[in-house]
Amino acid sequence: MADRKFDIRRLPGAGPLAILCFVLLYIPMAVLVVNSLNAGEQVSVWEGVSLRWYAAALQNESFLNAATNSLILATTAGLIATACATLAALATTRTRDFRGEGTVNLILNQPLMVPEIVLAIALLIIFAQIKQATGYTGLTYLIVAHSTFCIPFAYMPIRARLQGMDLTLETAAADLYAGRFYTFRKVTLPLLAPAILAGFMLAFVVSLDNVVMSEFLKSPGQDTLPTYLLGHLRRNLTSEIYAISALLLLISVLIVASSWLLTRKRN
Amino acid sequence: MAMRGETHARRADARRRWGLALPALAIIVLFSILPLGVVAVYSFLTPGDYGNVKWIPSLQGWFQVLFERDIFDDTVSLSGAHLTILGRSVGLSLVTTLITLVLGVPTAWFIATRPLRQRAVWLLLITIPFWTNLLVRTIAVQEMIRSDGLVNRLLIGLGLIEAPIQMMFTNFAVLLGMAYVFLPLMVLPVYAAIERFDFGQAEAAYDLYASRPYCFRRVVLPQVKSGIIAGSILVFVPSLGAYVTPRIMGGGKTMMLGNLIEMQFGQGRNWPLGAALSLTLTVLVLLALVWYTRLTTRESNNG
Repeated sequence: MADRKFDIRRLPGAGPLAILCFVLLYIPMAVLVVNSLNAGEQVSVWEGVSLRWYAAALQNESFLNAATNSLILATTAGLIATACATLAALATTRTRDFRGEGTVNLILNQPLMVPEIVLAIALLIIFAQIKQATGYTGLTYLIVAHSTFCIPFAYMPIRARLQGMDLTLETAAADLYAGRFYTFRKVTLPLLAPAILAGFMLAFVVSLDNVVMSEFLKSPGQDTLPTYLLGHLRRNLTSEIYAISALLLLISVLIVASSWLLTRKRN
Repeated sequence: MAMRGETHARRADARRRWGLALPALAIIVLFSILPLGVVAVYSFLTPGDYGNVKWIPSLQGWFQVLFERDIFDDTVSLSGAHLTILGRSVGLSLVTTLITLVLGVPTAWFIATRPLRQRAVWLLLITIPFWTNLLVRTIAVQEMIRSDGLVNRLLIGLGLIEAPIQMMFTNFAVLLGMAYVFLPLMVLPVYAAIERFDFGQAEAAYDLYASRPYCFRRVVLPQVKSGIIAGSILVFVPSLGAYVTPRIMGGGKTMMLGNLIEMQFGQGRNWPLGAALSLTLTVLVLLALVWYTRLTTRESNNG
């Protein structure tokens, strides 16, 4: 047969379905951004392009408070989770296995295996009692909760990198009488740095995006960006909500694009 | 002597490594595992008058997960509301998984078969929604299907319908929202599996006169199956425990398990029931995970 040119890559229907999938993914987000640019007061009446709702959001004190809380929270929780995850990954990936390694891995991944709403309720029960007993209602509760569920996310890329790492450099350093800590600082850490950064970014975004934990554990009047959005959804959809959503969308695009460019350059 | 030194060194090494893992372990044990234990204890207590619990042992919480007692004649019957919500949670999660499979697998295939340079761009296009806040994405879908949203206005403009269709606050809305939000979770692992597949094998099979469907079924599918299973689990598990999307898209009308649990700790003021429901949800999720692990370990044993 002449047309016996075989290419299983060209699966019939895959192309159109894939394009449909991308269109479906992007239309709602595009509509959201367009709506945020509406100059009019009313959401459903189009009155031309304007950035007034972005300006309104940036002058809105409760939005700015929520943004500040989110930033503090994502940064501290991200740092705590990354530091703990790095140490734990060093413990579980070096030369030989040790007794209890399976248990350690199971515990480290445990927060991923339980539905978020269940963990949120569980912490709510405990934190409510601590709040009552101590009267302290600060951000620490959220920082603790976020650090907990961010650990597995930071752990994954760091562990993956360590597993693929060549140990001969470390051994060489040790043979040349470098101390354990010196070897870590001068050899392991620089090799591990990109993975630690990736782990931190992952933890940061996961914390920044979190709705359920924050909504259940926050103290009254203490909003993060997502809980602020959720609170306003209950009342009414305004163009300001769209502007805030579009800003969050922009942040994720920036984070993804920058990490994409970073990895591309390295290749 | 040497043996003894060896075990000694081994023990010291294990001690040091437990020490390194300690901060992470302590945080997770204190703020995840221990609180879950408290939930387990609470599920066996008596509801307090204004929420919280009384420290009187009781099986009421677990009993009420599936049954209800008539307050007048004390007869026991299956709890219709809870069963409906349980069924809806499992049902909608399964259908969500199915929809994301139908759309996600061809998309992953499409991306994996592009030339290397293009692939990165298509992947980026899948990753952006993945990294975008769940709430923002849910708001975006809501914007499409609310009464004066784009879909209704388009349909009216085309003369297909007279009045806007009520799509929000229905099972359909919850389904649409979840499928939209969880789609990237299907595409990414399936893509990873297809990308690893060596297409030379398919060509070899074809040279040996395997038909295209046969080749697909016997050569391609077994090797990408693990990715498809992983994607399905990654979609099914968060769907089952979904709270935000059903709350926004379904309102109070089409609750799922997550919303029912929250209600028991809020207006419902029945903490033991809430705790028992939480554990029920956790067990369902764990069953799915166990099934997944067994399936994949069998897979790797065979391969």
